[in-house]
Amino acid sequence: MGLKQNLHTLKMKYKGTKMAPAFNAIHTFLYLPNETTHNGTHIKAADDLKRTMNMVIMSLVPCLLFGIFNAGYQYNVQTGDVTKALSFFSTEFWNFSNFTIGAWKVLPLVVVSYGVGLIVEFIFAVIKGHEVEEGYLVTGMLVPLIVPVDIPLWMLSIAVIFGVVIGKEVFGGTGMNILNPALTIRAFLFFAYPTWMSGDKVWVTGAVDTVGQPDAISGETILGSLAQNNGFGDWSMMDQFLGFIPGSVGETSKLLIIVGALILILSKIGSWRIILSTLAGALSMGLIFNGVVNAGWVTESSKFFGLMNVVFWQHLFIGSILFGAVYMATDPVTASQTNKGKWIYGFLIGFISIMIRVFNPAYPEGVFLAILLMNVFAPTIDHYVLEGNIKKRAKRLKLKTA
Amino acid sequence: MGLLSKKDTRLILDPLADDNPITIQVLGICSALAITAQLKPSIVMAVSVIFVLGLGNVVISLMRNIIPSKIRIIVQLIVVATLVIIVDQVLKAFAYELSKELSVFIGLIITNCIIMGRFEAFALGNGPWKAFLDGVGNALGYGVILIIVGFFRELLGSGTLFGFKVLGDSVEKTGLYAIGYENNGFMVLPPMALIVVGIIIWVQRSRNSALIEEN
Repeated sequence: MGLKQNLHTLKMKYKGTKMAPAFNAIHTFLYLPNETTHNGTHIKAADDLKRTMNMVIMSLVPCLLFGIFNAGYQYNVQTGDVTKALSFFSTEFWNFSNFTIGAWKVLPLVVVSYGVGLIVEFIFAVIKGHEVEEGYLVTGMLVPLIVPVDIPLWMLSIAVIFGVVIGKEVFGGTGMNILNPALTIRAFLFFAYPTWMSGDKVWVTGAVDTVGQPDAISGETILGSLAQNNGFGDWSMMDQFLGFIPGSVGETSKLLIIVGALILILSKIGSWRIILSTLAGALSMGLIFNGVVNAGWVTESSKFFGLMNVVFWQHLFIGSILFGAVYMATDPVTASQTNKGKWIYGFLIGFISIMIRVFNPAYPEGVFLAILLMNVFAPTIDHYVLEGNIKKRAKRLKLKTA
Repeated sequence: MGLLSKKDTRLILDPLADDNPITIQVLGICSALAITAQLKPSIVMAVSVIFVLGLGNVVISLMRNIIPSKIRIIVQLIVVATLVIIVDQVLKAFAYELSKELSVFIGLIITNCIIMGRFEAFALGNGPWKAFLDGVGNALGYGVILIIVGFFRELLGSGTLFGFKVLGDSVEKTGLYAIGYENNGFMVLPPMALIVVGIIIWVQRSRNSALIEEN
């Protein structure tokens, strides 16, 4: 008798007991259960929830790997151990030293995110007596990618518990949540521990510990430097596109995010409408700000000048708007469901993101706030799109019958 | 039988738990969010509301047969306003710092839905003794929630209780702070008070499933 048969026998034995859901979750994660339908179904689809989730995780793996190398690379560049990488495949970036430093910082984030999140999911499944839901698989992967690399692990654990319980389980679990759980976790961290989530000391590992010393590490992001009217700092447009810049763990490489976006769009998991309209919204807000600057209403003495003066298309490559558009805004549960609604929803996310980015005095980025805000409005948008459609059809019917 | 009959005891005890004005009737939420960042103002607020609602209920109950029903809301407002001004003046005279901290919220007791709600629902139809018990009971129920929320928000948000640094000093890194603990800034913000009230409602309803509404 193999392990598979053993697990099946155990499952039958524990059927109906309290811990059964927790056991089943591990069982189905490892093996196909015995009691599947073998004939007689007429609709067959390969993309069940688990496979959809796995596809998203797969599209995130390049970002995670890049994030690991980048965490080490940023540290080594600041300490002067490596010179700046010039091309994407440069050995200054993809080397063992970068990997070990990065992995030592990033992998604990992944482990804590998954560990704590899945424990909460298991506890709720046992209390509610239903099967463990797969929802946390993607959230657990997203969370380490959207936090600064030096965030203390206990803060991350508290935030994960908060995000999963208040953001998801109180509404009824996976598929019922109003807010994106990963962004709820980030928002919690941002408001609870702002000193660990913003400023110029958190984006490169070790920057906090070296404050005031002669070999102090500066971890300013490009947005931070722009917000202080200091231009792009030391970073070129190419660095930004390839991702050799300080920032949250997994959102720096625009190139790999675009690769991930293509995987999601081609496998029809992510909505291209949302991604496209988010970018369109960001571009239009950028154009408006450019217009304001060109008209001379905002001069260099203004504290908003640095960010307003950014050429509109460059907004897409600064900060996390691309990551938000591809991985966060497209979350099928919290986004709008109707096609027309998706255009409106995405456009407003992009529009508001750039607006908050420019005007937020404390923290020059607004993607996560904009997406959470629009999560709340997504059902309203859908409602009016539906109403509009019903009215249009009623009118058509009247015309025909009249 | 002691001072209180069985029915009277229920008037006081029911609002504390199964008929709580905040968690069950969902009244008086605004002030529960606004002034519970610390424990001390929460307690002062609770005491003020006990005074206003207890006395107000008695006054309205005494006048219940002579108030023309068309203008009863105005009469009720005058009664609350008078009592609130008394509280406000007493605080200004004897606890000036606190009254500054509570600022407009003492004045806004007038608009606390619990008070008008009890006047309308109870004092207009019952005798003064019963109305007094009902008023004190409901104000106590309100105060209990305020104190629970204030306790958690001050402890987790500022690391203090009544201003005492129970978790150690966050600047000099003593106590819990020495091992890397930090205050949760979210706790000090009003949205977190809403979430704490929500969690209390959640716990209460999962302990007593009779409270869950059908839909």
